[in-house]
Amino acid sequence: MASEPMSVEEVKKHTKIYWVIFGCLLLLTAVTVGISYIHLPFTFAVILALVVATTKASLVALYFMHLISEKTAIYLTLALTAVLFAVLIVVPWMVPYETMRSWLVS
Amino acid sequence: MAVHIPYIDKPNPVTGVTNAKLGIWLFLASEVMLFGALFSALITLRLGVSDWPHGYAVLNVPLATLNTVVLIFSSVTVVMAWAALKMHNLKQFRTYMSLTLLMSFIFLGIKAIEYSTKFHHGISPATSNFYAIYFVITGLHGLHIIGGIIVNAYLLGPGSKMWKSEPERFTGRIECAGLYWHFVDLVWIFLFPILYLL
Amino acid sequence: MSHHEMPFWKKYIFSTDHKVIGLQYGITATFFLLFGFFLMILMRWQLAYPGIEIPLIGKAISETGALTPELYNALGAMHGTIMIFLGVVPMGVGAFGNYLVPLQVGACDMAFPKLNMMSYWVYFVGGVIMMMSFLMPGGAAASGWTSYPPLSVISNNAQTVWLLAMVFLITSSLLGSVNTIVTAIQLRAKGLNFMRWPIHVWAQVTTAFLLLLAFPPLEGAAVLQLADRVFGSSFFLPSGLVVSGEKLAVAGGGNPLLWQHLFWFLAHPEVYVLILPAVGIVCEIVTTNCRKPLYGYKTMVYSILFLGFMSFVVWAHHMFMTGMGVTLSSFFQATTMIISIPSVIILTTILLTLWGASIRFSVPMLFAMAFLPMFAIGGLTGLPLGLTASDIHLHDTYYVIGHFHYVVAPGSLFALMGGVYYWYPKFSGRQMNQFLGKLHFWVSFVAINCVFMPMFLMGSKGVSRRMYDQTQYSHGAATQSWNVVMSTAAFVLLLAQIPFIWNMFTAWKTGKKVENDNPWEATTLEWAASSPPPHENFPNPVEVYRNPYTYSATTRKVLPQFIPQEG
Repeated sequence: MASEPMSVEEVKKHTKIYWVIFGCLLLLTAVTVGISYIHLPFTFAVILALVVATTKASLVALYFMHLISEKTAIYLTLALTAVLFAVLIVVPWMVPYETMRSWLVS
Repeated sequence: MAVHIPYIDKPNPVTGVTNAKLGIWLFLASEVMLFGALFSALITLRLGVSDWPHGYAVLNVPLATLNTVVLIFSSVTVVMAWAALKMHNLKQFRTYMSLTLLMSFIFLGIKAIEYSTKFHHGISPATSNFYAIYFVITGLHGLHIIGGIIVNAYLLGPGSKMWKSEPERFTGRIECAGLYWHFVDLVWIFLFPILYLL
Repeated sequence: MSHHEMPFWKKYIFSTDHKVIGLQYGITATFFLLFGFFLMILMRWQLAYPGIEIPLIGKAISETGALTPELYNALGAMHGTIMIFLGVVPMGVGAFGNYLVPLQVGACDMAFPKLNMMSYWVYFVGGVIMMMSFLMPGGAAASGWTSYPPLSVISNNAQTVWLLAMVFLITSSLLGSVNTIVTAIQLRAKGLNFMRWPIHVWAQVTTAFLLLLAFPPLEGAAVLQLADRVFGSSFFLPSGLVVSGEKLAVAGGGNPLLWQHLFWFLAHPEVYVLILPAVGIVCEIVTTNCRKPLYGYKTMVYSILFLGFMSFVVWAHHMFMTGMGVTLSSFFQATTMIISIPSVIILTTILLTLWGASIRFSVPMLFAMAFLPMFAIGGLTGLPLGLTASDIHLHDTYYVIGHFHYVVAPGSLFALMGGVYYWYPKFSGRQMNQFLGKLHFWVSFVAINCVFMPMFLMGSKGVSRRMYDQTQYSHGAATQSWNVVMSTAAFVLLLAQIPFIWNMFTAWKTGKKVENDNPWEATTLEWAASSPPPHENFPNPVEVYRNPYTYSATTRKVLPQFIPQEG
C-alpha cells in the first residue's frame, strides 16, 4: 500500500469501494452467464466472454489488489509478464493445424 | 538468527514496497505464466480438432456460477480482513478471515460434487481432451485453493499471535496472503467462461 | 539463540545463512556434475567401441557387459537432465548466486532466508527423486532430456519419476529466483544504485527473471504429460497412434507439438540461464585481473537485458523440422539472428577490456580468458542452426551436440570453475594450490577441445545424434575412428578433474591463508567483508561510493567501491 500509513477514515472509504466493486462483479457475472444462453457464433462469443472476463479481472486487480495505487517496480514486473503471457496465447493461433489434420482429427 | 533484514515491515524508501510485497507479486507473475501455459494448451487442443464440445452442454453451469459468486465474495472478505487490521480491529479481522475460509470450503465442496458427478457417469480425463483439460486446469486451480486455505488458516490461527508483537508485519502478511487469494479468484474469473460458457 | 550457540545440524545442515546454503548447492552440484560426467564416460566407451564390454564395471551394468541400446538411451536422457538441472544451474545460480549476490549488494543475507533454505532442500529432494529413476522397473527415463511425446508418454520406464522430480526442481528454482530479485533490488547498501551493480548481479537478476517466467510453462507441460501417463489423457497423443502393431486405446486428438512448444518455451531461456551467471563471473574475474574498468559497462548491462528478453521469443528454432509453416519459422529465424547481436556485444565488451590491460595470468584468469574463444565457437556454430536452410542438414546431428557443448562445457563450466578458484579465498580464507590449478586448466582445455571439435565435422557429414552405434550407416562408419579420439580425450578430461576436486577439498584445511580480506585487490563489495565473512556479512554497514571496476588508467591503482575517496 502507500508508504504513508492510512488513517482509519481513509480505510473506511476504501472498504465502501470494495463493496461497490463486489456489486459490479456480481452484475458482470450475471451478464456473462446470460450471454452464454444466447449461443452466439463462436468467435463472437469468445471475444465477448474475454472482454467481460478481462473487465472483471481488472476490477479485482486494480481495487482488491490495490494495483491502482501500486509502485513502479510492481508495474514493470507485470508489464513484462503481460507481454510473455500474450506470446503464449497468440502462438497457438499461428500453428498450421491444416497440415497436421490427418493425425489431429479424433 | 542474529541477522536483521530490513524492509520487512516498513517499505524500502526507494522502491516503496516491503520485501514480501515485491516477493509475492513476483511469485504471482510466475503463476500467470503457469496458468497461461495451460490456457495456451487449451487453445492449441481446441483449434486442432473439429469436435470440441460446448462447455454449457456438458458441464454444470448453475453450480459453477454459484462457485463464481462464492469465490468473488471470498475475495471481498479477505480484503475486508486486511482493512480490519488497518483499522486495528482484530475481532473484525477474525470474522472476515473465517468467512473467507468458509467460502473456500464451500467452493471445494461444490467442486467435489461436480467431479464426483462426472466420475459417477464414467467420465474421466481419459474420456476426451475436453474433459482432460477441464480436470487438469480446475484440479490445479483447486490445489491452489487448498494452498490458500492452509496459509489463511495458519494466519487466522497460530499466525495471528504476530499481531501482538509486530502488528505492521502481520498486516503485511495478510495483504500478501490476500494478493495470492485474489489471484486464485482471477484465474477462476477466466476459467469459468472459457470452460463452462463457450 | 545466538548464532554461535546453535547445534551443528541447525548451523550447517538446515542453515538459513546464504553462505552455507551457497556452499551446500556447490557441493551437491559438484557431485551431480561428476555423476553426469560418469554417465557420459560410459556412453563414450560404447561410441568408441560399439558392443564391446565395458572394462571393470561392465557386468554390473548389463548382462553382456556392453551397453544395450535401451540403456544407452537412458544414459543419454539422464546425462542431459542431470548436467543441466542438477549440475550447471544449481552451481551457477544456487551456489554462486546465493553466495555472492547478498555480499555484492552489501546485504546481511537473502531477503527470505528460510525460503532460501527450503529452495535448497527441495532441490536436494528433487535430485534424489531424479536419481531414484535409475532403480525403477523398466529403467531410467529414456526419451531424451527433452522428453518428447509420444515416446515419453508410452514408455514403460521411470519417465513419471522424471516428471515428478522436475516439479520439485522447478519449484526450487522459482523460490530461489524470487529471493535473488527481491534481495538485489530491496537490500542494496547505501549508495548502490542500479548502475553500480557488478555485472555478476545484473546477470543473476536477469537469470532469475528468466527462471521465474519461463519455468512455469514447463511445469504446466509436465503436469499435462503426467496426466497422459497416469490418468490416461491424450494431451500429446494424436489420433490413430499405433504402437508395436496395435492401435493405442486412448481418446486421441492430442498434439505432440504442443509439448515441444511448451518445453522449448522454457528450455530456450534455460540455455541463457546456463550462460548468464558464467558471463557475470567472467566479467568479475577479467576486470580484477586486467586492473581496468570493464569496457562499456552500460552497453553490457543493456545487452544482458535485451538478451534476456529476446530469449523468450526464439524457442521454435529448436523445432524448425516439425513443419510449422513459413510464417512461424521465418519469425523465429529472424528473432534468432537478432539475439546473436547482444551475445556478440557481450563478448566484444569483455575482449576490449583486455586491450591495453595489465593482465595477471592467475588460474581464474586462465579459465576466464579461455571462456572467450570457447563461447565464441559455441555461439558462431549456432548460426547455421538458427538459419532454417542450413538447419535442414544439421538438425539432430552431431553438429548440434558440438554447438551446445561448446557453450556449456568449455563455456559455462570453465567460467564456473574459474569462479571457484577466484572466490575460494573469500569463502574459505585460503588460496587453492596454483600448480594443481594450472595443471587442471591446461589438460582440461586441450582435452575438451579434442572431445567436441570433431563433432562439427561429424555432424556436417550427416552423423545423427542419440545413436547407439553409428557404424550401421556407411557415413557413420566412415567417421567411426574419430570416436576413439573423442572418447580417449573424454577420459583424459575426466582424469584432469581429479586435481581440481582434490584441490577444492584439501585447500580448505591446508591451503595458503590469505593475508587480507581482498587478496585479489578487487573492487566489488564482497571483498569488503572478511574472508570468510561472519554470519551477518558486514558487522559495520558498508557504503558504496563509486562504480564497480574503478581502476586508475595510468597507475592501475585500485579504487574499491566501498572505500571513501582519500582527501
